[in-house]
Amino acid sequence: MAPPAIEVSDLRKSYGSVEAVRGISFAVERGEVFGLLGPNGAGKTTTVEILEGYRDRSAGEARVLGQDPARGERALKQRVGIVLQSSGFYPRLTVQEAVAHVAKAYPAPRDPADTISQVGLQESADVRSNKLSGGQKRRLDLALALVGDPELVFLDEPTTGFDPAARRTAWSVVRTLRDLGKTVLLTTHYLDEAQALADRVAIVKDGHIVAEGPPGALSPSSAGYRVSYESQGRRVEHQTANPTDLLHRLTGDALARGERLDALEVARPTLEEVYLELTAEDDR
Amino acid sequence: MSPMALAWQQFRLERKLFWRNPSAAFFSFVLPLALLLLVASVYGGDDDQLEILIPGIAGLSVMATTFNAMAFNLTFLREQGILKRLRGTPMPTTSYLAGFLGSAVVNAYAQVLVVVAIGHLLYDVSWPRDWIALIVFTGAGVLAFGALGIALSHAIPNFDSAAAYVNAIFLPVMFISGVFYSAESLPPALEAAAEALPLKHVVDGLSGAIVTGAGLGEHLGGLAVVALWAGAGAVLAVRGFRWESRGA
Repeated sequence: MAPPAIEVSDLRKSYGSVEAVRGISFAVERGEVFGLLGPNGAGKTTTVEILEGYRDRSAGEARVLGQDPARGERALKQRVGIVLQSSGFYPRLTVQEAVAHVAKAYPAPRDPADTISQVGLQESADVRSNKLSGGQKRRLDLALALVGDPELVFLDEPTTGFDPAARRTAWSVVRTLRDLGKTVLLTTHYLDEAQALADRVAIVKDGHIVAEGPPGALSPSSAGYRVSYESQGRRVEHQTANPTDLLHRLTGDALARGERLDALEVARPTLEEVYLELTAEDDR
Repeated sequence: MSPMALAWQQFRLERKLFWRNPSAAFFSFVLPLALLLLVASVYGGDDDQLEILIPGIAGLSVMATTFNAMAFNLTFLREQGILKRLRGTPMPTTSYLAGFLGSAVVNAYAQVLVVVAIGHLLYDVSWPRDWIALIVFTGAGVLAFGALGIALSHAIPNFDSAAAYVNAIFLPVMFISGVFYSAESLPPALEAAAEALPLKHVVDGLSGAIVTGAGLGEHLGGLAVVALWAGAGAVLAVRGFRWESRGA
């Protein structure tokens, strides 16, 4: 099997006495869309910017496409596309000029006009970027990251500030990237975005990963499945990490009593519940 | 593309951007020319004064097209995240800087030529007597003011305050460096300050090249001062270089 596209172990980053990233480990397989989900200030962007080569790590290991991102090698940058959290390119260049200029820096770029169409900016190709709306600027960011035909794409909160239409375009671009076999590392604080796009999600809080797995299978350590039924006109609810045992016991007891468990439901915690529970203290 | 070809692409982009930014083009091109025409009209046909003014404005142009332009542009590029974005691409840093700086060098030489041409055609100042000295002193000024402009940009917190930082240096240096009148008529303290700074020496060198034809040999001391500033500026420019604005 090919080595992972991204491998991070015990990554740490301090700014003065503040430790923004406190020992993060994860791996992203090739062709995978991996989401770092967490509230603002959790350490997502710091982590991604270390992997993009913008920041040096304080400790730990990081490998991006087999290379150390801190060395800033051109050979690595040729294989990576980056959408930063902030937008912005030369305001007096048109979309077409900007994409064509950046394309020249890559060894085997995609066609600039195709790339512009893919992000839905074909109508604005001749518009200068300072005349674009916020959502259109973000699409330009996406086009600039994709025009080099990278194997790995970093998307740092790619849809923050998007209207629903622009968001759908961005999502379809990410899905296209996955279909093309690209690896994507996505940060977001939108749950639905992580759920819709990511094959696996890591929830980041206070510089740690507090949960990791496919969005459908994430479960918090404490709470778990919710089992509920109606008994004598009342709704009874149990929380358990082990629904098999609980159901066996409940159904056994009910059979012994000759009672039906009306409206029996077993619900897995939604990602939203997991997320809210795991990150709850951030509201203090 | 090779790093060289990318530098050329960046250079062409910088030229395009320069002409698309009327206010920047105004400050580095039109302002020195406007000052030239204005002050020359005050001096009327006084040849001695014009022979001070033409090299003075030429030196001022070198400073405006490099020092001021670098400090403004880099502050803007940083604040807009453009430097950061470029750094994420495989564009080599050296290619980027070569294209970016190359454009400023072109501006400086073009501007000096325009000033010299106006001096000759409108005010009957001779064509430069020593072209080599003209090229050398313009080049030395470009290096010193370019490096110092980059270094200054590191100290400017945001684009809104860039004009204040630049003009706090540019305007006083302009007035004490013999741009509009001979620096020898200054009070001794100001004259000493001008002697220590690069602009006066660039102006003197250009004056030698354009007016007296004294040549490089007569201005080696001044050239050394400019070279020292260029060296110090280069160290500060490189050591303090940031790709992102502070707090971003």
